[in-house]
Amino acid sequence: MTDQWSVAGRTFTSRLIVGTGKYKDFAQNAAALEASGAEIVTVAVRRVNVSDPSAPMLTDYIDPKKVTYLPNTAGCFNADDAIRTLRLAREAGGWDLVKLEVLGEAKTLYPNMRETLEATEVLAKEGFLPMVYCVDDPIAAKQLEDAGAVAIMPLGAPIGSGLGIQNRVTIRLIVEGASVPVLVDAGVGTASDAAVAMELGCDGVLMNTAIAEAKDPIRMARAMKLAVEAGRDAYLAGRMGQRRYADPSSPLAGLI
Amino acid sequence: MISVILNGEPRQVRQGSIADLVASLGLDVKKVAVERNREIVPRSTLADVALAEGDALEIVHFVGGGC
Repeated sequence: MTDQWSVAGRTFTSRLIVGTGKYKDFAQNAAALEASGAEIVTVAVRRVNVSDPSAPMLTDYIDPKKVTYLPNTAGCFNADDAIRTLRLAREAGGWDLVKLEVLGEAKTLYPNMRETLEATEVLAKEGFLPMVYCVDDPIAAKQLEDAGAVAIMPLGAPIGSGLGIQNRVTIRLIVEGASVPVLVDAGVGTASDAAVAMELGCDGVLMNTAIAEAKDPIRMARAMKLAVEAGRDAYLAGRMGQRRYADPSSPLAGLI
Repeated sequence: MISVILNGEPRQVRQGSIADLVASLGLDVKKVAVERNREIVPRSTLADVALAEGDALEIVHFVGGGC
């Protein structure tokens, strides 16, 4: 029984997407990726260091032919910069599946939804397939979908905070209302947070800092793999109802 | 030599195509994307586009990054 998911016609088995930032070095990054089982990595687009072109490159360690590179607009604070970045990304990589995020402020890294919506519309018109970072707001999620988002990626908590899923109700409402995949993007701190996201019915989880800043990133990458699988299985299994008080598991009849 | 702005810094470069410049920087043309005066230069045309005095060029590639 294989449990796969698809975004914009591309099918994946792993529901974990990992970032490639904040690692000690590329080798550790590659090892963590291997342990996570992820098939998609997010990458950033930045200026080449023209004074040291021989510096090691991400592509030397993580092969874009084997792992799907998802170019991300992290660091962009308006629609124009994000669109410009993704046009360059498409030229550099030759693929249309991208991750859009337009940030509102440095302190919280919350998305600027006005700019995010505008950028989503422009990108969709230009043939991009944008997976979109957004607030955990079911109405905003609908608007993004209407604008052409191929996946909705609400934050669970601020980027890099590791605070876990703060609002399970809104994440569940987004999942119930969406007809495109929903992936929690940002806020996961440890394995149980990833499991919560999956138990809420999300199609996947994206994380970076939770793995990269763990004391043993490779072990945490494996923990996240297992947590995402466990959470997904629990969601599919259908959890028991909750009661306010105890209910014995052994028969009451035949007691001595 | 002509003056261009390369990744935000003024720089003197030899006259020629963008592909010549990328090669002279020691970069693999297959791993970068180039923007000239805010317009993407498709990889297939890098050898055909001549640099002009005052061009603003951005040469980018993929680096590690997260959310």
